[in-house]
Amino acid sequence: MNTQTSALARAPFDRTLLLAAPATLFMVALFIYPFLYGLWLSFEPAKGDWLANYHKFFTADNLWPTIWTTLKLALPATLINVGIALPIAFRMRVKSRYQRLITTVLVVPITLGTVLIADGMLTYFGPKGWLAHLLELLPFYEGPIRLTHNYWGVLISLVISGFPFAFLLILSYITGIDPVLARAASTLGASPAAQFRHIYLPLLAPGLAMCFCLAFVQAYSVFPSAVLLGAPAGPTRVISLAAYEAAFEQYDYSLASAIAMIMGFVQLIIVAIVLGLRGLFYRGPVVGGKG
Amino acid sequence: MKQDFSELRLDRVTRRFAGVGGKAFNALDELTITIKRGEFIALLGPSGCGKSTALNCIAGLLPLSGGTIQLDDLRIDTLPPESRGFGMVFQNYALFPHMSVERNIGFGLRMRGVSAAETTMRVANALKLVQLTGQEHKLPGQLSGGQQQRVAIARAIVIEPPLVLMDEPLSNLDAKLRIETRAEIRRIHHELGRATIYVTHDQDEALSLADRIVVMKDGVVQQIDRPQQIYAQPANLHVARFMGYRNVIEMDVEGATGDCVELRDRGIRLSGVAMQAPPGARAMVAMRPEEIVVGEGPQGRNTLAVRVETVEYGGRDSLVGVVTATGARLFLRTAQSAAPGDALSIHVPAERALVYAPTPA
Repeated sequence: MNTQTSALARAPFDRTLLLAAPATLFMVALFIYPFLYGLWLSFEPAKGDWLANYHKFFTADNLWPTIWTTLKLALPATLINVGIALPIAFRMRVKSRYQRLITTVLVVPITLGTVLIADGMLTYFGPKGWLAHLLELLPFYEGPIRLTHNYWGVLISLVISGFPFAFLLILSYITGIDPVLARAASTLGASPAAQFRHIYLPLLAPGLAMCFCLAFVQAYSVFPSAVLLGAPAGPTRVISLAAYEAAFEQYDYSLASAIAMIMGFVQLIIVAIVLGLRGLFYRGPVVGGKG
Repeated sequence: MKQDFSELRLDRVTRRFAGVGGKAFNALDELTITIKRGEFIALLGPSGCGKSTALNCIAGLLPLSGGTIQLDDLRIDTLPPESRGFGMVFQNYALFPHMSVERNIGFGLRMRGVSAAETTMRVANALKLVQLTGQEHKLPGQLSGGQQQRVAIARAIVIEPPLVLMDEPLSNLDAKLRIETRAEIRRIHHELGRATIYVTHDQDEALSLADRIVVMKDGVVQQIDRPQQIYAQPANLHVARFMGYRNVIEMDVEGATGDCVELRDRGIRLSGVAMQAPPGARAMVAMRPEEIVVGEGPQGRNTLAVRVETVEYGGRDSLVGVVTATGARLFLRTAQSAAPGDALSIHVPAERALVYAPTPA
């Protein structure tokens, strides 16, 4: 035992580790340092003690509700994205003539910026847009429906921009599951619905949790569409907007840093909960034996 | 879903696939066979011969392009796999990785709505049958290949299917385990008393397991017969080659009396048995290395003078490669010692020199 540890202690330095140095440096310079700087800044308020910013956030009526405002947008958007992407990706799991075409069409929005999507939505969903004109042709259509400059506008935009991401991620998880498992289940009497419920869903659960986390973090930091398509003064006053106002309208970088820290913490809590639930599921390989 | 049956009838079962350049080809061409309760059928052939296609068609995993499948008076080729209720053992086992051994085996019973108490009892019996009692709470990933294979078999038979389908179930096991599991499969087949269809490319497996063997090539059935017949009387040259008739030489036909054919190639004369309709001017003669004997035949008949070219030592005997005076290469198995360059006399009994048409249909 002793000889072994001393041999390990004398093991020569692995020089290939140096290859990780540029990436580490990059992370430190562009992520870890700014993060620590922001954390430190949030405890250095313009006036008051070191917790003054956090105290202010949780007492001011235009600050702490932004946590819920943002959650009310981000959670439904994430659930919708994952919920719709799952059945569509499931249908697309087998190669067919249309698979490539449909996948391409579904993924296109990922290449559009949020601003471009917002612009398109304003013309299409707006009060004078095509949708409103089309709906007017219906006999039971009563007043103008409002899908822009409110909660729904932001939600729709989050779904449009977030869906391709969730879809691609889930598609890659689904195609990783050996289709022979479902065939084996079918020979044992499992209908297609039972195959999905007993084979695909349990094997996908960890991937879905991961997808949910990534999609949620993306949605929770919503900013441009909340301004362009929402009602930034009220129902879509999201947390990133509050941070922006503190930083660039009140020039209170310290408060803005505190808000950013709180935003990160909320995301962390949700991610921790979801990943904690993931631990309840099977997480091994998704093939049925040696292949 | 039927639990028991008396016969499964496949009538001209055909499966077409789109091939290269959009040209369709028949992966399975008009397979017709009637399988009785209690029978063990082996589908035998080289890879790509359509044997797995046939199995998937019976299981319902592939739709037919033509023909019908009937289980007694019930037409089943239009039913989805979950309504056919056949147990299937897959080549790579296809165990559900997220379920324990117990839950894997009980899956089919749960899908059938069998009560929890009965499921537990039947799973325990199945575990005993495949000798895995005590492993029920492990995940498939924690088992060895042989154990996984037995879980797969238990999972397929616990539902007491009328028919068990096995797709090269032993090909992932090592040689020793393969022979042991082979005996297990035969024993389980007898205990269940239903029918088994077993796909393999290994002649030994097919010969030792099956009551009847279906030899296939390019989607077409070449011969359906008992193992003894397939081994000793291959219906055509394909089957003969596949069953180990390694020595095939083309010769002129000198004459035929009944089944007996006289052949000649320059200085060599052989007499053999016609396995196909009387051949024309040329014929192929097929012989097993095991059935060629060193020494002269009775009255010097069917005897060839050869020179030894290669010797492959194989323990009990050696595989000796020889060349005839006409340049034909032959292989024979002999326990006698031989060295390259030796001159030998060899002969083959006339009834073990099988004569086929030169271009088999």
